[in-house]
Amino acid sequence: MNRFGLTIAVPRGALLGGSLDALDRASIDTSEIRSNDRKLLFADVGVVTMRPSDVPTYVEAGAADVGITGKDVLMEYPERQIFELADLNFGECQIVVASEDGPDKAEAALLRLGVMRIATKYPRIAAEYFEQSGRQAEIVTVNGSVELAPLTGLADAIVDLTATGITLQENGLVVREVIATVTARLVANRVAHRLKAVAIEEFASLISAEPNAQATKA
Amino acid sequence: MSARIPSGTRDVLPEERAELRRIEAALLGVFSDSGYGEVSTPTVEYQETLQRAGATATPVSYRVLGEPGEELALRSDMTVPIARVASSRYRDAEMPLRFCYVALAYRAVTPHRGQPREFLQAGVELIGAEVISGCAETLTVLCRAIEASGLKDFYVGVGDSALYPSLLASCGVDPDASETVLKELGDRDYVGIDRELRALDIAVDQIDLLTKVPRMRGAEVLSGSLDPALDSAVSSIRDLVGSLEPDVAARMIPDLGRFPRMGYYSGVVFEVYDPRLGEPIASGGYYADLLGRFGMPVGGVGFAIDVDLLHAALAGEERGETGR
Repeated sequence: MNRFGLTIAVPRGALLGGSLDALDRASIDTSEIRSNDRKLLFADVGVVTMRPSDVPTYVEAGAADVGITGKDVLMEYPERQIFELADLNFGECQIVVASEDGPDKAEAALLRLGVMRIATKYPRIAAEYFEQSGRQAEIVTVNGSVELAPLTGLADAIVDLTATGITLQENGLVVREVIATVTARLVANRVAHRLKAVAIEEFASLISAEPNAQATKA
Repeated sequence: MSARIPSGTRDVLPEERAELRRIEAALLGVFSDSGYGEVSTPTVEYQETLQRAGATATPVSYRVLGEPGEELALRSDMTVPIARVASSRYRDAEMPLRFCYVALAYRAVTPHRGQPREFLQAGVELIGAEVISGCAETLTVLCRAIEASGLKDFYVGVGDSALYPSLLASCGVDPDASETVLKELGDRDYVGIDRELRALDIAVDQIDLLTKVPRMRGAEVLSGSLDPALDSAVSSIRDLVGSLEPDVAARMIPDLGRFPRMGYYSGVVFEVYDPRLGEPIASGGYYADLLGRFGMPVGGVGFAIDVDLLHAALAGEERGETGR
């Protein structure tokens, strides 16, 4: 266990590096996590690693006291009863609507058919966004390689997360609309937030410190 | 093929039922010794009656078709039915009134997430008592009842749902802007709170104060010296904790950021935490206006213990799990 006495849920994938850098700022030894990408539980340092979308589940249930995950995940699962403590200012991405380059097929579908088909890993965010803007969208949930959907005719457009836009570009897609800009967030279990208040506040202030604010912007 | 039951409901078999019965008996014993009389009310009521608690109260989730023309619903808690009983049967009685119950209540859930739609609550309502002494009495009964069930390690978060709204008003934040900040506070989205506060056209030191207060929690909140604007705002929590017996007071965790999103609570609010469980096992608070909606203009204070969660907490303590 770490000196804070907190079990920390850490996301694997794109947010892992930034999350471990943040843990380093709190003087938590991350060397074993960095060197072992198969092990999931690091009891010595109180860290559990998992998919970003599982972080709210573990934290809500109290299986982890605090966790790091993307704001996109928090937006997709608003019913999770967890507290959002801090913006960690790394892992900046945009949730966008994208479709094939050239005339926008989604717009054409909306005009001619009154409805467009949207493929996404974020059915809640997508449905709410189009509902708010008064457009009919049929949401097709896929679990990966969302870019494939418009290329194969499964959907007219996609709603997906993009950091650099390179994957979109390589698949001949262009961004049509930006739904939100998201970053990594620190979340806490609501019971731990009260019962481990001192430890959580100290941990939060240490990992939120931004020695490399410039790097984040770049 | 065996017949199924709806997600979020369950059958209780003899072994578990016997354990639940022991817990119920322990809780009811303390309620009764403290002068609370047990009541039962109908599981179904007129929808209109339950909705009198207001739009922000726990929504009525299950509507029942009665005889032609009847719109019935399953109760979502026992506080509203007891307010109805008090206002119709005890209107001229001497105050305060003390009622207790063990009853099933019903709430909508997200399917297949293990949340119960039907759950067993044990609780009390103290009607027509003065705020601080009434809250002190129910908090004491709450702690004694949970102790009697056998649970040793638990804490009570105490907040005041009027604290932050009045602090916003005293900083000159207009009602619309306050509403936006309070929505973020209800979600406990601190990033959202900070964002909304920074957008306000008020002095920097006021923004600092408003940013700091929702994060203030723990026993030391009341012991340290406080900003003068805050000092009077925390008086209800301080007076309340100060009036408790020492062993009960020791369980209290002041929480200045507590702002229940829903409910009829209008002042002191509390929640019981077990270090082994990720969710509160009991909750309650003071309601000023609920009985008024039934034509009886007195306040009340009460709590409900989730008996199944208390059972889970006891099982965890018995297994010797350490509070993570």
